[in-house]
Amino acid sequence: MKLPTVLPTLQNFRRKSPLTLGNRRGRTLAIAIISILILGILLFSTLIIGSSGLEIALPERNLPPSLSHPFGTDWLGRDMLTRTLHGLSLSLWVGLLTASISAVIGLMVGTLSATFGGKVDAFIIWIIDVFFSLPHLVLIILVAFAAGGGTQGLIISITLTHWFNLARLLRAEVLGIKSSEYIQLSSKLGHSPVWIAQHHILPHLVPQFIVGLVLLFPHAILHEAGLTFLGLGLSPETPAIGIILSESMRYLSVGYWWLGVLPGIALLMAVQTFDILGASLRTLLDPKTSQE
Amino acid sequence: MQLTNYPWKFIWRFLLQKLLHLFLLLVAVSVVTFVLVSLSPVDPVDAYIGSDVMRVGAEQRALIAQRWGLDQPMITRFFLWLGQLLQGNLGTSITYNQRVSEVISDRFGSSLALMAIAWLLSGIFGVILGILAGAKEGSLLDRIIRLYAYTLASAPTFWIALLLLTLFSVQLQVTPICCAAPPGVLLQDVTFWQRLQHLVLPALALSLMGVANIALHTREKLIEILHSNYALFAYAQGETITGVIWHHGLRNIALPAITLQFASLSELFGGSILAEKVFDYPGLGNATTQAALRSDVPLLVGIVFFSALFVFTGNLMADLAYQVIDPRIRIGKPAS
Repeated sequence: MKLPTVLPTLQNFRRKSPLTLGNRRGRTLAIAIISILILGILLFSTLIIGSSGLEIALPERNLPPSLSHPFGTDWLGRDMLTRTLHGLSLSLWVGLLTASISAVIGLMVGTLSATFGGKVDAFIIWIIDVFFSLPHLVLIILVAFAAGGGTQGLIISITLTHWFNLARLLRAEVLGIKSSEYIQLSSKLGHSPVWIAQHHILPHLVPQFIVGLVLLFPHAILHEAGLTFLGLGLSPETPAIGIILSESMRYLSVGYWWLGVLPGIALLMAVQTFDILGASLRTLLDPKTSQE
Repeated sequence: MQLTNYPWKFIWRFLLQKLLHLFLLLVAVSVVTFVLVSLSPVDPVDAYIGSDVMRVGAEQRALIAQRWGLDQPMITRFFLWLGQLLQGNLGTSITYNQRVSEVISDRFGSSLALMAIAWLLSGIFGVILGILAGAKEGSLLDRIIRLYAYTLASAPTFWIALLLLTLFSVQLQVTPICCAAPPGVLLQDVTFWQRLQHLVLPALALSLMGVANIALHTREKLIEILHSNYALFAYAQGETITGVIWHHGLRNIALPAITLQFASLSELFGGSILAEKVFDYPGLGNATTQAALRSDVPLLVGIVFFSALFVFTGNLMADLAYQVIDPRIRIGKPAS
């Protein structure tokens, strides 16, 4: 019988080759910095490239990807790479704005819920439960509709519908910290609840908050793109990624595959960069794994 | 499961509890929905009149508003609306010119086929991929499956649907490009085969989304099981890894997998809105988009209620599935 590999293995004790670049902490840090750089470049790409390539050039319309136009051109001869970068930049900015506000709401609601307890806590938990009982996209559509639709509706809706998870997480965290002995000791020593919250509780929430915030970006960006794709978000004149993808639908049957495929890959990679950044930050900020 | 001495008393109590829970939930959803819709700057009279706006005078508008009770204060309007709702009257959809309940039941029929196929496919493929990856932890196969799952987890559903459409309908031309039936064919003349042909691509797009989550969780769970003491003991008795997975793994994997799969009904519903838009599939998802685009408030509210019921049913089924799978969790069994 072949011994299965799941037995406690000696592989875990494998010696590190002296050639590996630094330790795991160093590598994770490097990955995080590279991710931030990539996202920074995407965010500010429109400032660097400007609007050259966006002008209409009918002789160059519907060109498949080539060296001069890596993403091809659309039916008006506009360079798709430039349009994609503009769209991504806009989507990332909207994502950053909405996710940041949403994360702050999550932080406030979560801490409030845990500090006050009792009826406030029960009410907040109930609200979160009600919102969780609807499919997320249906809720987003409903709130966007209620907020009047368009760009304003989109921003309000994404902001108001993305704080539940973080609020729940931080509430549990605060409850855990509150019951620990050093908090009780500090309280017995005569420190006020505000002082304790400032010195003992909030510092513990910072890592959770930062990781939660970064991991919120992909959700916000994808929901922004989805809502815009449905026609319920940003207006058709804006160069958003959702608009580009929904426009590409019209030219799909003619065989202009590059209009939809390549911008989608760019969006996917931007979203994954956020995921990688979030995972690296979690490893670095969590005391359990930061020393590995 | 021994049904003869099963504590039916507790089952009834459990179901009664769930019904009460559902009732409270629907009340909450109705309050939230009403407040949200009242906040909307969309004027219901405008939305109703639509393109006839030039032909309707101010007096007529006031009449419509009065007829609808729009001149009443918000609280009165809420109870008027709730009264109609309790009588089962969801109103009339402006977009489809049909009763909302009829629109939802018609459209949900098409969506149900789509979602059911996607749900089954994602469950089956997710568990299979998860088991393969978990059994060969750290291998090339595991890495490929994980890369695939992580990529899919962050890919927008509608873009995946777009990709499938480009590949299968435009480049290879093996599947139809849109809709639920060939153009120009009457609804009653559509054959089962044609329906299936139009269903397969949207269902595939929708199932790809669900696979990632369930595969990753199954993988984690299987690795945990394979590292457990009872698995070690089984190996010591001469059991092979296939045997351990078959006799010990599957039952333990089933519980989290089924929970996840039922809990994913919420995402499935959301995904179907996007997928149906791409494939122009005439289901409930497309109706949702249309309702929001055309300010069709009665339909939108009806769909919100229906989706809450849908998600609730999923969670209830997960609770009931535990009873069958895990003998340790039984309703009425004293928690020890």
